Amino acid sequence: MKKEFTPRITSFLCKWCSYTGADLAGTARLQYPTSIIPIQVMCSSRVDPVFLIKAFLNGSDGVLIGGCHPGDCHYETGNYHARRRFAIVRSVFESLGLESERLKLSWISASEGPKFARVANEYTEEIMKLGENPTRKSIFL
Amino acid sequence: MSSITIDTRASRKVRELLKFLLENGKIDAALTMRRIPENNSYDLALITDASNINEAVPLIPVMTVNAGQVLSSISTSGKKIAVVLKPCELRAFVELVKRERGSFENLLTISHTCGGVFPLDLVEKGQIEELIPKYEKTISKGEIPVNTRDTCRACEHFIPMNADITVSVAGECESEKGCMMYLNTEKAEEFAEGFAGERSEQKFDPSVLQKTLNARLAEKEKLFASMTASGPGLDQLVDTFGKCVGCHGSNSVCPICYCLLCDFESANFDYNLPYFEEHLSRRGALRLPPDTIFFHLGRLTHMSFSCVGCGMCSDVCPVGIPVAAVFKKTGEKTAALFDYVPGRDAEESIPVMVYKEEEFSDIG
Repeated sequence: MKKEFTPRITSFLCKWCSYTGADLAGTARLQYPTSIIPIQVMCSSRVDPVFLIKAFLNGSDGVLIGGCHPGDCHYETGNYHARRRFAIVRSVFESLGLESERLKLSWISASEGPKFARVANEYTEEIMKLGENPTRKSIFL
Repeated sequence: MSSITIDTRASRKVRELLKFLLENGKIDAALTMRRIPENNSYDLALITDASNINEAVPLIPVMTVNAGQVLSSISTSGKKIAVVLKPCELRAFVELVKRERGSFENLLTISHTCGGVFPLDLVEKGQIEELIPKYEKTISKGEIPVNTRDTCRACEHFIPMNADITVSVAGECESEKGCMMYLNTEKAEEFAEGFAGERSEQKFDPSVLQKTLNARLAEKEKLFASMTASGPGLDQLVDTFGKCVGCHGSNSVCPICYCLLCDFESANFDYNLPYFEEHLSRRGALRLPPDTIFFHLGRLTHMSFSCVGCGMCSDVCPVGIPVAAVFKKTGEKTAALFDYVPGRDAEESIPVMVYKEEEFSDIG
């Protein structure tokens, strides 16, 4: 029997909103796939573009950044900066013809456990459609 | 603001201006390209003694190092310095000033309409002198000289954006009125006071260079189209950067890459046994040195929106990767996200330092 493809989605979650949202999804016993590999960061703006690239080149099938909704950042403006950086990375990926769909930024507040579960489910499905990241086995990278 | 008519040998007149400024104590030093008398080559030099100014060749189409980068370390010395910069060098310096790596306060910036520069390997071979007459003829007709850097041929920002003094070299020198030296600012008027030459109130008119601009834009289209010849994606990336030896030369000559400790030079990139074991267990083989593509992608996201397309990176690449072309193409897209033109205005913030509350509504 062919083993089913389970994506691996490296997820950088802000401590104040998205990570707490993920916790809430857990305590509320909401179902979401094991593909999400959470990494807690202090703020979505802590995610240097090279984090995304490193995860991508090392074979992550998807990379997710979770941050507070615009206007709700614990540090007031961090997520605005994160959004600009994300736009830059996405543009670089598009220019070079890399799969920018493997990168995602989502605003998930601490009270949005259900939203976290939904984003995790939907994004995993999207990635399943894309299939395994070709970088995972590439010798060159 | 006024202008001074100079003859077609504009280089000589700029040299005379530098000499005048030094001799009259208006500046402490001049930063300009210099012909090395001993070996028929060129370098960028800081000159304080007026008797050495005869070696200066301010308008030579050679860039041994981006002068904007060099200026970063000397502009805050408190000394008055006149600098002769190519438009992209000036833009690079503006980008550094925005990053608090330099100041215009004690500088008199002299720039010129630029025909592009020759790659350094031609300089090494000593071929510049014989190429120059044809080069000058070509740019005076508004055409693109052959043999210059690929990003120079595709450069549309060949008119200086913020120079105190603009010397017209390309496009109009051939005409009867001769070359002009335009004094764009109060500072320029002040410094050039007493300098010989016929004055007029004429202002710089960029429309005379429309033909050059059209030619450059067409050349840019061609350059960008040629880069995706083997199709986009990972394969193309490996194709382009496959030869990279990981020397980080492109980083060290880049005027925008100013970080004193670059992440890619830091201990984060000391490879240890667990790193190799992890990768080998998954991939079965590993290309060495590792992370060369990562390095270029990282730099693209860190600074491409400020790339001025000077072409230094391509020129120093030991294995001939068209780094500058990739950065110019990608950088134009990232800068366009924020309606940003690198080096346009020193008062403008770099895109990653500011934000708007309402933007990129498709993200998040």
